[in-house]
Amino acid sequence: MSDPDVPPSALSGDVTLPAVLRDVEPVRSVRTPIRLEYSVTAGSAAEAYLRAYAEKRIVGHRSPVDGAVFIPPRGVDPRYGQETAEEVELAHTGHVGSFCVTHLPIPGRSDLVPPYVSAWIHLDGSAIGFLGLVAGCANEDVRIGMRVRAVWKPDGELGPTSESILHWEPTGEPDVPFERAGNRAWRAGGPDGRDGRQERGDA
Amino acid sequence: MSGERIAVLGVGQTKYRSTRGDVSIAGLVREAAYRALEDAQLGWGDIDAVVIGKAPDFFEGVMMPELYLADALGCVGKPMLRVHTAGSVGGSTALVAASLVQARIHRRVLTLGFEKQSESNATWALSLPQPFSVSANAGAGGYFSPIIRQYMTRSGAPDLIGCMVAFKDRQNALLNPYAHLHQHDLTFEKVVESPMLWDPIRYSETCPSSDGACAMVLGDEVAGDAATGPVAWVHGTAMRSEANNFPGRDEVNPLASRDCAADVFRQAGITDPRTQVDVVEVYVPFSWYEPMWLESLGFAEPDNGWRMVEDGSTSLDGGDLPVNASGGVLSSNPIGASGMIRFAEAAMQVRGMAGEHQVDGARTALGHAYGGGAQYFAMWVVGSEKP
Repeated sequence: MSDPDVPPSALSGDVTLPAVLRDVEPVRSVRTPIRLEYSVTAGSAAEAYLRAYAEKRIVGHRSPVDGAVFIPPRGVDPRYGQETAEEVELAHTGHVGSFCVTHLPIPGRSDLVPPYVSAWIHLDGSAIGFLGLVAGCANEDVRIGMRVRAVWKPDGELGPTSESILHWEPTGEPDVPFERAGNRAWRAGGPDGRDGRQERGDA
Repeated sequence: MSGERIAVLGVGQTKYRSTRGDVSIAGLVREAAYRALEDAQLGWGDIDAVVIGKAPDFFEGVMMPELYLADALGCVGKPMLRVHTAGSVGGSTALVAASLVQARIHRRVLTLGFEKQSESNATWALSLPQPFSVSANAGAGGYFSPIIRQYMTRSGAPDLIGCMVAFKDRQNALLNPYAHLHQHDLTFEKVVESPMLWDPIRYSETCPSSDGACAMVLGDEVAGDAATGPVAWVHGTAMRSEANNFPGRDEVNPLASRDCAADVFRQAGITDPRTQVDVVEVYVPFSWYEPMWLESLGFAEPDNGWRMVEDGSTSLDGGDLPVNASGGVLSSNPIGASGMIRFAEAAMQVRGMAGEHQVDGARTALGHAYGGGAQYFAMWVVGSEKP
């Protein structure tokens, strides 16, 4: 094994600077902060999803293949490459699929004081989870399978953004068993597969 | 494998550090490339094409850096190909290079992965605010923590398995002069006492941020036969990917990972990985991914990979399947190179050229990389003998 501190022979020679660069201050690095602002054209599925938040509603899309409901809706079932168009209004309750207790502050979120809990929220009737914050209980009390409900911003502060939901808080109902929590609990194997929603007793 | 046989003729790495302030990105990649050429005893003129990979461009803020690096890599006027597969890119890049030899498009290909994390901010580059999602995810650790928590729950693994992996890999790194972290004073207790960053992930169980590059020269059978030193022969190559959120997804043991492993072992004629593979370099940026991938790759039964950690099977010192003898991603993480380092270290082991972290008598090795939300996979099996 070659010595990492010995440069390859082809690179070990002295560097000779051209005359114009001799006796000038060497520049080792420069800092050039850049910024990019842009407008998003959300597309019909995501736009309807975002606008629903302003009306205190949560909407997903149902797959025409096996009925799986996706949130956020992106207008497609990625498993089958099938367009989705059927909008479904979802409950404001669900369970924690899994979670992280984060001890780092997030730039631009000074309102989030570490340690805080980010979690996959699996709404009743949805086949996949989406990201949310869990509060309203001690971090130590958050569990996989814990039942939660949405805590919305005051009506006057709602807008077309998923952050209209401040966080998710425990409902106090019995936990969803681990085996039935999260994405893995969806057992539909395709058009002929079993329907995971019925097994979980969801709407 | 069909097509032309592929040989790893040379491997070159830079020293991995938090900051390689002595070189530009071009200087960094040139250093690794030169070392690979020296190892292969070849010159720029022997190279037909270059295949290069790195993590997303916005990490360093240099868009399409391969264009300006063509000069530093002796590639002006030659074909150059860029590969993008997030964290698995180092592995995928090597596989694209291998495919060019396998398909007899080129005789000798230089392949290289790099990252200069000192000029970037990977944690927050991975957590850009998105209009469709709440802004609550703090980097890769925040993404993988819930998956690790699922694994811990369903496997019933003891809480300190992750710390055992981290301590093992940092001890292995002391035997690898290229490794970034050389923590001579580290103790297991210090690993355990390290603060939680993304509970259940401690600071000590995360990979460092590194500058570095790794390069390999791949050649066809004639080139492999002509080499004066030992070469590694490629016995199997596979890539798979899946979406990162869909109904029924098993995030802990993704289908794409299992399919990729089954494919690469089938090509290599391996029916019992645990006994037929001598050493593995697995992509483990967070300690718990060692037992998780051991299960997914078929080295352990589901929910039992942690037992291999606990009983020392994955130790370089007496284990029957040393994992990450180099110190792994937990000891060096120039992201775009990290996958290629796994592939290159696997090749070094079967060439008998891994120095102090050599596994005695290694004849068959697996190199593995994953990326994105544990959704992109790249693997190869290399051997000391021709397939």
